[in-house]
Amino acid sequence: MKNILILARKEVQEALRNRWVLATTLLLAALALTLTFLGSAPTGIVAVGALDVVIVSLSSLTIFLVPLIALLISHDAIVGEMERGTMLLLLSYPVGRWQVIIGKFVGHVAILSFATLLGYGAAAAALAATGAAIDAASWWAFLSMIGASVMLGAGFIAIGYLVSALVRERGTAGGIAIGAWLLFVLIYDMGLLGVLVVDQGRNLSGGLLDTLLLLNPTDVYRLLNLGSGSAGLLSGMGGIAQSSALTPAILVAALAGWTIIPLAMATVVFSRREL
Amino acid sequence: MSSETVSVERVAKSYGRHEAVKSVSLALNAGETIALVGHNGAGKTTLIKLMLGLIRPSAGNVRVLGENPAAGEFAARKSLGYLPENVSFNMALTGRETLAFYARLKRAALCQVPELLDRVGLSAAMDRRVGTYSKGMRQRLGLAQALLGSPQVLLLDEPTTGLDPSLRRSFYAIIDELKSQGTTVLLSSHALTELEGKADRVIIVNRGIKIADGTIDELRHIARLPTRIRLKLADREPGTVERWISDTGRWQRVNGHMLEIDAAPEDKIQLLRRAAAEGAPVADLDLIPPTLDELYAHFLSTQDALP
Repeated sequence: MKNILILARKEVQEALRNRWVLATTLLLAALALTLTFLGSAPTGIVAVGALDVVIVSLSSLTIFLVPLIALLISHDAIVGEMERGTMLLLLSYPVGRWQVIIGKFVGHVAILSFATLLGYGAAAAALAATGAAIDAASWWAFLSMIGASVMLGAGFIAIGYLVSALVRERGTAGGIAIGAWLLFVLIYDMGLLGVLVVDQGRNLSGGLLDTLLLLNPTDVYRLLNLGSGSAGLLSGMGGIAQSSALTPAILVAALAGWTIIPLAMATVVFSRREL
Repeated sequence: MSSETVSVERVAKSYGRHEAVKSVSLALNAGETIALVGHNGAGKTTLIKLMLGLIRPSAGNVRVLGENPAAGEFAARKSLGYLPENVSFNMALTGRETLAFYARLKRAALCQVPELLDRVGLSAAMDRRVGTYSKGMRQRLGLAQALLGSPQVLLLDEPTTGLDPSLRRSFYAIIDELKSQGTTVLLSSHALTELEGKADRVIIVNRGIKIADGTIDELRHIARLPTRIRLKLADREPGTVERWISDTGRWQRVNGHMLEIDAAPEDKIQLLRRAAAEGAPVADLDLIPPTLDELYAHFLSTQDALP
């Protein structure tokens, strides 16, 4: 346990020094603030809370940006250290390989959580400062959105490690990471939509659709954040979410699974790897 | 005192079809400095990685401080120091932060960090980022991390590359000090000459096979390399020199007043007596023992002669 914390601490220290933390936080804060103030203009005075609008726009931002940031930090984690030769030295120390992966994971998730909390928190704080009325339910939904965003990021960090543990060169890892991002963020949904249109509801049952949605972490995230409450009304995702049997508990479990399974696979692959 | 700290028994390691190490056995003792010598690709680094447990042997046993290093037991690794061949660190952290990180992993006291940095001559640069260090400075930082936690076994893979002569001297001073404390020090190198006088024992590996193991004197003895004797002739009347030469052996003329012979160990004294005898036409005499490079080349060539 102590080793994990030592390794996590070093990751955070490096990211602070590399300005990774600063860059990520500023990027998320800048985009969140822009969306908050520009995005809320067209809604005018409607019956939904101002923060609910922000939740919808930030969720859409998260789906694109957080997986990208997560993959950028993580795809290099193993293959990069191997290529630079630092892994050889690290593994000669009294640390297990699984501890190396979990330690890095804790560190990277901490960086991402910090950036998300501060970046998105800045948007909410700015909104509250302008005097918008925000009720407790909206605050709760906002915090859940941040929590879900971190979970989505954690999943993509784990996917990045798996890629990093599998390949021999950093360039390959980068390429595969971008491919994974495109697949999960764009191509999968386009494909799914295409299938649904062609099928016209004849063969594809609700249960199968649910399974297909669970097979993509970004869809799980989307359902979780945009499927219920006033956010569901605003985003138009309410329709899908209501006809689906996926409860928030199942969705959270699915997101956790998207973290744990790739992380476990990355650990197994890395443990078997020859140096 | 010859308690065994590292033992390697009939160990083989192959990567796919390539056999990096073929059935090597060796033992390292406490308080001993051992040179592991071989060409690049001879299997030195593979042997060191096996001792560290970074890779598992395809056959045979490795024990380090009584443990199997690849078994996932890390108690022995706390008493192990390792300097990789091309040591590298994360560029973003300072020397002090880097060393503190490794000290925490090894559960070594953090007060060792400034001490060790001072010892390797990095105290002035310890708060600079490692990215700004020169190759020699990184090598010194690498040495400092290997010395963390007073190791009982030090495995140093080509440790003196990139060090200038004065640092090399202070490096060997540190090694001597550790040796007197009973540390086993394994130095790998691709040249034997560099380790002259530094190692108690030399192990030569070539193409994954151990081809020699012993002190430099023992190796000289085994190799039976000839000592070159070079004579400067005194001015004598023509004829005496020729007669003396034909009496004493297979001297070769280097030029008009120089003679040379490659003397086998058992003939050496006899030849020297003759050359130093009363009436011999000799003005001066030089003895050139075989260099370590010749010794090394000899062992490599004996292996090459095998099928």
